[in-house]
Amino acid sequence: MPNAVPDPERTNPFILGEAHPGDLGVIIKVRTGGDRDPDELTAREIELRLLEFGFVEGARVEVLHEGPIGGDPIAVRVDGIRIALRRAEAMNVILKREAA
Amino acid sequence: MTPTRIATVALVGNPNCGKTALFNALTGGRQKVANYAGVTVERKEGLANLPTGRQLRILDLPGTYSLRARSPDEVITRDAVLGRLAGEPPPDVIICVADATNLGLVLRLALELKTTGLPMVFVLNMIDIAERQGIEIDVEALSRELGAPVTATVATRKKGLEALLELAATQADGSSATPPSGWREPAASEVRVAHRQARDLMRTAVRPPSRPDTLTGRLDSLLLHPVGGVAVLLGLLFLMFQAVFTWAAPAQDLIEAGFAALGVGAEAILPDGWMTGLVVDGLIAGVGSVLVFLPQILILFLFILLLEDSGYMARAAFLMDRIMGGAGLHGRAFIPLLSSFACAVPGIMSTRVIDSRRDRLTTILTAPLMTCSARIPVYTLIISALIPNRTVGGVLSLQGLVMFSLYAAGILAALGVAFLIRKVFWRGGSEPFMMQLPDYKRPEPGNVLRNLGQKAWAFISRAGRIILPLMVLVWALSSWPAPPEGAEGPDIAYSAAGRLGHWLEPIFAPIGFSWEMVVALIPGMAAREVAVAALGAIYAVGGEEGALAGILARQWSLASGLAFLAWYVFAPQCVATLAVVKRETGGWLWPSIMFAYMLGLAYAAAFLVFQASRALGLA
Ligand SMILES: Nc1nc2c(ncn2[C@@H]2O[C@H](COP(=O)(O)OP(=O)(O)O)[C@@H](O)[C@H]2O)c(=O)[nH]1
Ligand SMILES: [Mg+2]
Repeated sequence: MPNAVPDPERTNPFILGEAHPGDLGVIIKVRTGGDRDPDELTAREIELRLLEFGFVEGARVEVLHEGPIGGDPIAVRVDGIRIALRRAEAMNVILKREAA
Repeated sequence: MTPTRIATVALVGNPNCGKTALFNALTGGRQKVANYAGVTVERKEGLANLPTGRQLRILDLPGTYSLRARSPDEVITRDAVLGRLAGEPPPDVIICVADATNLGLVLRLALELKTTGLPMVFVLNMIDIAERQGIEIDVEALSRELGAPVTATVATRKKGLEALLELAATQADGSSATPPSGWREPAASEVRVAHRQARDLMRTAVRPPSRPDTLTGRLDSLLLHPVGGVAVLLGLLFLMFQAVFTWAAPAQDLIEAGFAALGVGAEAILPDGWMTGLVVDGLIAGVGSVLVFLPQILILFLFILLLEDSGYMARAAFLMDRIMGGAGLHGRAFIPLLSSFACAVPGIMSTRVIDSRRDRLTTILTAPLMTCSARIPVYTLIISALIPNRTVGGVLSLQGLVMFSLYAAGILAALGVAFLIRKVFWRGGSEPFMMQLPDYKRPEPGNVLRNLGQKAWAFISRAGRIILPLMVLVWALSSWPAPPEGAEGPDIAYSAAGRLGHWLEPIFAPIGFSWEMVVALIPGMAAREVAVAALGAIYAVGGEEGALAGILARQWSLASGLAFLAWYVFAPQCVATLAVVKRETGGWLWPSIMFAYMLGLAYAAAFLVFQASRALGLA
């Protein structure tokens, strides 16, 4: 049911890197990493890493906790497995919201 | 293949699925089993005996999520599996170890392992926990879909091992020559396909838990809480250091009394002369003054082992990531740095779990600044000798406060150095931080005790191998040559050590070190705690009576004592650390840099402390 006034906090779809504990969704896209320092891991590397940790299209993700400083890193459950990751990496995971 | 050849079986799986526990159970081997993602950094090999009398060689490999290696750890796993390690043939069989309660990621790994063409056995470890949670696994369906035999084990209770070994042996016999490896690095699209396959497999073969683990979730809501979690972490660290200093005291008194009695006994038996001096002043006093710290070291390691085995270490890394990140360190550096409070050598070895070379080097360079247990003897001696035993503000012990500031100085220096390295040498973005948070487990007492026994033995044998010979050397150098007839002052002033100390004294005068202190530093370059034993020997030979702390209280000024403490926060006085840095970085460059920067910091810190104390009139 669409809200009359869209809540900016509850946009749909949303980015995991901007999510908060309690947010729940299904991954619709894992992007290749952004414009990081070329010396660092390549963008492709980040995508592969996310995939290997189970961040794959169709997986259910629940945000469980956030770190004590600046809410970073975050702890999530991906298809039943608990993973901790930084928000910077989580920016590459896009989810479709599910009702809690 | 001749029937006499022993087939090699490699254990591969995600971190924390129980590979090491399984390795120990299969081989009866003695190895560290812990719960932090990636603690197994060493290659471990052992022999397993089948009931038939046949033997298999078992290889324990670091945990990984894929063969596309990202850290030095995972490179070892990949190369071992693919037979790329120099001088090592590829394994005959892979045992893919799975945590039966967390199958999602390992099934994808199993599919990737299949592409190597090596025969495989898929083992559902931790089946006890899976059963408790009511997870139902259709072994036949799994076996059919994976194209590999599947069996279940409880590594910690040694259940299901025979069946596993038999399957592995059968698989080894079935394989003909070494198959050509079909593995190549999968592209993102192939990883996606494999995930889909793995998910289908899960759907057909695994029924989700009817009684899921709620403990981990409930514990995490406290232990990962932004406020509560940090409070618990600080409380744990506080408890740990409190325990090191209070619980250990009775045992330490006992050891001290034991060695004192031994010295008295030896003196009674041995003939007068240099033999007595060597045995009583050199050996017994020297070794006793180091072994007395065994209780503290054991308590420290007990805490670290319990935290690792319970699954808490990964949470600590989560909570600390941002703080460490501020100094340019990786959250994963927390575990190596925490281990370095016990000893920098295992700490530096455990940096292999850090993916990026830069982050790893920064961690290696800063790890020796953490107050390791070898500094405890030096700190406790000087503090008890020179800092008055009174309270501040009615509750805090002044001695404890000084000890705490020494630890704090080490931590702050490490953060500062890491920050500088980041800013000056390695500018650029930060590394990704991604790790699994394992389910909490009750630590296995047998496992913890076995590891603790290893630590105790390592420390005692170190005292025997390194400290004992050094003590004899120090004693000899400080006893010979004997003073000329009618010489004034203590005999040791005329000895080789005394002359060397006098000769070096001008260099150390600006930081307030007497020649005795300088002499103690020389063997102390090999291992920090030796300085305590050396001081004991120097003053004993010098004819001083009574406990060492009492002697120092008479001989040293407070300013000199504080400068000595400051020196010890930074000084690179540990051959073993430098050797391990050389091994881990593959050359003398980084150990040399480490030695130089730590020596520079030590001199600067001691200079500042000495001059400031004198200016404040603490002479
Ligand atoms: N209940 C239970 N615990 C296990 C079993 N196997 C291993 N563990 C525990 O799981 C934790 C991780 O095991 P470890 O061997 O270090 O995993 P590795 O990282 O794969 O080497 C340890 O605390 C073990 O005691 C098992 O079959 N049942
Ligand atoms: Mg292991």
